[in-house]
Amino acid sequence: MIEVKDIKKSFGDKVVIEDVSAVMKAGQCNLIIGTSGSGKTVLMKCMVGLFEPDAGEILYSGESFTKMNRNEKTEIRKQIGMLFQGSALFDSLTVQENVMFPLNMFTNWPLKKKLERVNEVLDRVNLKDTNKKFPAELSGGMKKRVGIARAIVLNPKYLFCDEPNSGLDPQTSLVIDRLIREITLEFNITTVVNTHDMNSVMEVGNYILYMYHGKKEWEGSNKEIIFSKNQRLNEFIFASEFLKDAKEMRMLEETGKMPNDRNIDDMLK
Amino acid sequence: MSRPENAKMYWKEFIHQCSEIGIGSLPIVAIISVFMGAVSTVQTAYQLVSPLIPLSVIAQVVRDTVILEFAPTLVCIVLAGVVGSKIASELGNMRVSEQIDALEIMGINTKTYLVLPKIVAALVVIPMLVVIAGVLGIWGGRLAGSLTNIIPTSIFDQGLLEAFAPYNVIFALYKGYSFAFIISSISAYFGYYVKGGALEIGRASTKAVVISCIMILFADYILAALLL
Repeated sequence: MIEVKDIKKSFGDKVVIEDVSAVMKAGQCNLIIGTSGSGKTVLMKCMVGLFEPDAGEILYSGESFTKMNRNEKTEIRKQIGMLFQGSALFDSLTVQENVMFPLNMFTNWPLKKKLERVNEVLDRVNLKDTNKKFPAELSGGMKKRVGIARAIVLNPKYLFCDEPNSGLDPQTSLVIDRLIREITLEFNITTVVNTHDMNSVMEVGNYILYMYHGKKEWEGSNKEIIFSKNQRLNEFIFASEFLKDAKEMRMLEETGKMPNDRNIDDMLK
Repeated sequence: MSRPENAKMYWKEFIHQCSEIGIGSLPIVAIISVFMGAVSTVQTAYQLVSPLIPLSVIAQVVRDTVILEFAPTLVCIVLAGVVGSKIASELGNMRVSEQIDALEIMGINTKTYLVLPKIVAALVVIPMLVVIAGVLGIWGGRLAGSLTNIIPTSIFDQGLLEAFAPYNVIFALYKGYSFAFIISSISAYFGYYVKGGALEIGRASTKAVVISCIMILFADYILAALLL
């Protein structure tokens, strides 16, 4: 479990995050959503220690990460895997070398065992026969999958994904979402996903934190989001007419009645 | 469970950097050194027109100029361009594409893993390049003297041995170590702390080279004033 308590972060005079508190549930997919510039990436970077918050506390399994010294933070970071928005693969290394990098750095396993583990995780993310390819030879979706493989190769307790679907087509996005959800459940990882992709919200959002202008605006699950009355959240999630209709259809399925006194025939016009 | 970092990875990175800085810069260093020595011989002969001055003095002047100034300073200014821009752009690209963040998240001290091997490799390899540049510079001067009939090789060789001060070589190495540290640390600083995108990587790279060159010239004067 990761707890965020009253986090504040400013860059110069600009306040980016203001008094955000949340509990990222263990063994579940936790989503941070919000428009661009709402502070979700900064919050995630505070959580992993890439940014130092101005105030507040981050707790990993009850231990205060913000109060830890550098060595203690390093120990926590060794339990963290992270998928970056641009995948952040090492350009000069092959897929196999990229995934093997954490094993080379932190284990003394023989090469055979390391290769077995690399092939196991690459297999898990549905990447075969790519071991010798360089990142420049891979598609966006494949890069993301290599990024996931590298993030999970050391069996982390926590997985952070920064906009895992950015730049991907809807079908590949769905593959990545499902992969993240499956891996979370399979390895009992506490996953935090930073996204503004609505499919991700509905697919993997066990817990959702909606941020607006650096503040927590709403929190709940992907079931609850359908019924939320929060106007800003609804404007953000169900931005298009198509999504509004999809929401109402889902409500109709769940409750058996139309919201806002709308008629099903009006929707189908 | 704590997982210690593997020292072999640091050693591997150090060897990689030695190869990148040393082997990668060797051709340009060799070309510059040979021509620098050759030009020294021709220009020294042009200036020493008095029949009272023996021809072997040309070799002495070329030897001392190459060892004291050209091999360490000129070569390091060229290396500031070749190696410095490479270090700054490599680290800058890693910073911008979040590769440094990815290493930090893994629990790796990125300054120790990415910057330290570059500085240590430069400290090991650049003085070696300075020595090679000195040897090739003198050989280039000898070759030019022979090809242009300015000074026969036997007299050039004789001149090389006359009034030779071994301290000059030590002084050249002092310069080599100082300049190696200046080039690698300044370039690594500008690359590591780059912010923005591709344009900023280019700017950081240029800034690293310019500041390294200025610092080399400044350090050159300070070392000469203190140690000669």
